[in-house]
Amino acid sequence: MSAGTPQLAMLATTLAAAPAAHHGVAGDGYRWLTLAVFAAVIVATVVVTYFAAKRVRSPADFYTAGGGISGLQNGWAIAGDYLSAASFLGIAGLISLYGYDGFMYSVGWLVAYVTVLLLIAEPCRNIGKYTLGDILAYRNDPKKTRLVGALSVITVSTFYLTAQMVGAGVLVKALIGIDYEVSVVAVGVLMLGYVLFGGMVATTWVQIIKAVLLVVASIVIVILVWMPYGFSLPAFMADVVGDPKVQAQVAKLLGDPAKAMSAAELGQRFLEPGLYFKAPIDQISLGMALVFGTAGLPHILMRFFTVPTAQAARKSVVWAMAIIGGFYLLTLFLGFGAAKLVGPAEIAAVDPGGNMAGPLLAQFIGGGAESLLGNFMLAFVSAVAFATIVAVVAGLVLAAASAIAHDLWVGVWRAGEDVPAQEQVLAARLATVLVGAVAIAIGIAAKGQNVAVLVALAFAVAASANFPCVLLTLYWKRCNTTGIVAGMIVGTTVAVGLTLVSPNLTYPKTVRVAAHKVLDAEPAKRATLVEALGSGEPLRIAQAAKGTVALDKAVKKARDDLHNVEGRETSFMGLEKPLLELKNPGLFSIPLGFLAVILGSLLGRDKRAERMWDEVYARQNTGMRVSRSASH
Amino acid sequence: MPIADSIDWTAVIADPRFQRLHRRKRAFLWGLMAFSVAYYFALPIGAAYFQDLFRTRVVGVINVGLLFALSEFVVAWGIALYYSRVANREFDALAAEIAADVTRHARPRS
Repeated sequence: MSAGTPQLAMLATTLAAAPAAHHGVAGDGYRWLTLAVFAAVIVATVVVTYFAAKRVRSPADFYTAGGGISGLQNGWAIAGDYLSAASFLGIAGLISLYGYDGFMYSVGWLVAYVTVLLLIAEPCRNIGKYTLGDILAYRNDPKKTRLVGALSVITVSTFYLTAQMVGAGVLVKALIGIDYEVSVVAVGVLMLGYVLFGGMVATTWVQIIKAVLLVVASIVIVILVWMPYGFSLPAFMADVVGDPKVQAQVAKLLGDPAKAMSAAELGQRFLEPGLYFKAPIDQISLGMALVFGTAGLPHILMRFFTVPTAQAARKSVVWAMAIIGGFYLLTLFLGFGAAKLVGPAEIAAVDPGGNMAGPLLAQFIGGGAESLLGNFMLAFVSAVAFATIVAVVAGLVLAAASAIAHDLWVGVWRAGEDVPAQEQVLAARLATVLVGAVAIAIGIAAKGQNVAVLVALAFAVAASANFPCVLLTLYWKRCNTTGIVAGMIVGTTVAVGLTLVSPNLTYPKTVRVAAHKVLDAEPAKRATLVEALGSGEPLRIAQAAKGTVALDKAVKKARDDLHNVEGRETSFMGLEKPLLELKNPGLFSIPLGFLAVILGSLLGRDKRAERMWDEVYARQNTGMRVSRSASH
Repeated sequence: MPIADSIDWTAVIADPRFQRLHRRKRAFLWGLMAFSVAYYFALPIGAAYFQDLFRTRVVGVINVGLLFALSEFVVAWGIALYYSRVANREFDALAAEIAADVTRHARPRS
């Protein structure tokens, strides 16, 4: 996920640079097993889609499954929509490599749902119909607010989708060795099939199936990892910090200061903050984007229109929080378990971002790379990762397609006309094909690009544009069309603009300086290593051999980096260095988004929006839904 | 004409029961929200500026930082359950009562 995925991006770039994991993690002799498990998962979802397709007749069926999803079902579907490959593979990976900081990172993803539960889910259920645009248009100029709302939804979905598609290509390639382009097309076509034929009914069930598989797989692995310790947390953790592999990883991360530390101190350091996050302000800014952005994610908002009542919406968020939170607690064991059993060095060797920690742990627990059970578990986890991506992508495509078909086509282009239901469904399906095709094309075009920034950006735009607009139109009487339009434009442009001048982009000069530093230091290092190799002491020779491999890698990377930035002096934006040392723009863009809505509303006073306030406020609180949509 | 147009929304808002619901919800929701945000940001702030406290060991190798991160889960779930309880018992009943009255009065006029 979709998490602010530095890990996924690292994976993307390294795999593009050096296709080391050519055949994937699975042993060649067991590829049939992997493919069989994949086929089983795909067949299950296709069967569900077949039955769902029969139920899709009206626009309400297509966009919201006719509002007939129960609170419990929706809770699982929200979890399925939200737990992307980045949170599934990425967070476990971060924990396995960086310990405490990885676990701390997972907390914001759960806390985000408190905002959704308290402020957003129920009012949206009571006011909205199919899209974010419906909520904004309720008491404002429908054409203008639908237009800006739809553009923002398309922006957020496209950023998020691109990251997912690139992640899909890279992950499937790493897991089972299928080519990047083939993986992207497979994910795209499968997702298109679900959404196109089954609409929200099929999307919901695919998300439920995926969430159940994900939780079951994680529970099985965690039981196997934790059982030897009698399910005692202190005993498990003591074994993790006492492991030489973990201690070696901490020593590597700390560098020189580690030389003065004992093995026990190094191990303990794995449970302390600061191995991954260096700048607190970045983390706080990311936290703001998560905690407020989730409530503005269009594919999450859309899920609240699928339940019949505000009570069901509430129930679904509580279930989603139980599932999502429970899952992140499991990743604590997946991550630390992988560090202890597989080892950080081994995990990073397969993928420097740690994404393979979960799959490698599954393989190890099942009996290792040469065993049938080990490879079955690996295949199962891989299939779940695949289903994860497809389910998240399906939700995103549906959200983007509904913004195009419902808000732009029906709401703006044909405003005021009575568009027949059949035509609306057709428009929704055409929009789905369009978005799906664009997603596949972008996914292939973005091969090898750094996409981590896009997920962070999706959350930042959702938090800075969508969230202030939705919140204030629901809770502030004076909020009006001018405010919404200003908030959407300012929130989106500030979030995107700040990201474009942030350290997330590649700055050729900085890259060049770093690369030259490595290359300049090479001869001296090489000389020391050669001397050690000839020393005749077995221990020193073994260390020097490892050092030589690491040096060769570093030198190759430096040369590749130099080659990549050849002839360029400035970043994509024409900058020599970042204007702002902030990786996530939330700290600035969220307050500015709110400010824009407030100032815009105060400047462009609108009597109608204020007259309508009583109705909006009464309805969002009581759920009176008579003739909900007839008035606009 | 839709029934909604015959509802006097200003009168609904002015209803003392609605006002009670509104005041109770406002204090409750924003209070919980503020607490949740404050508790969440205490984690990254603590990890950055109170590292000695976070390093303090409590049970075996388990330290304050790890327990605090785990407590974030408990607090988030606690808020969700507490809110649901109050909403299920209190807010829903009041809202349903108001809605029932409004639709009963609105129907004859439309």
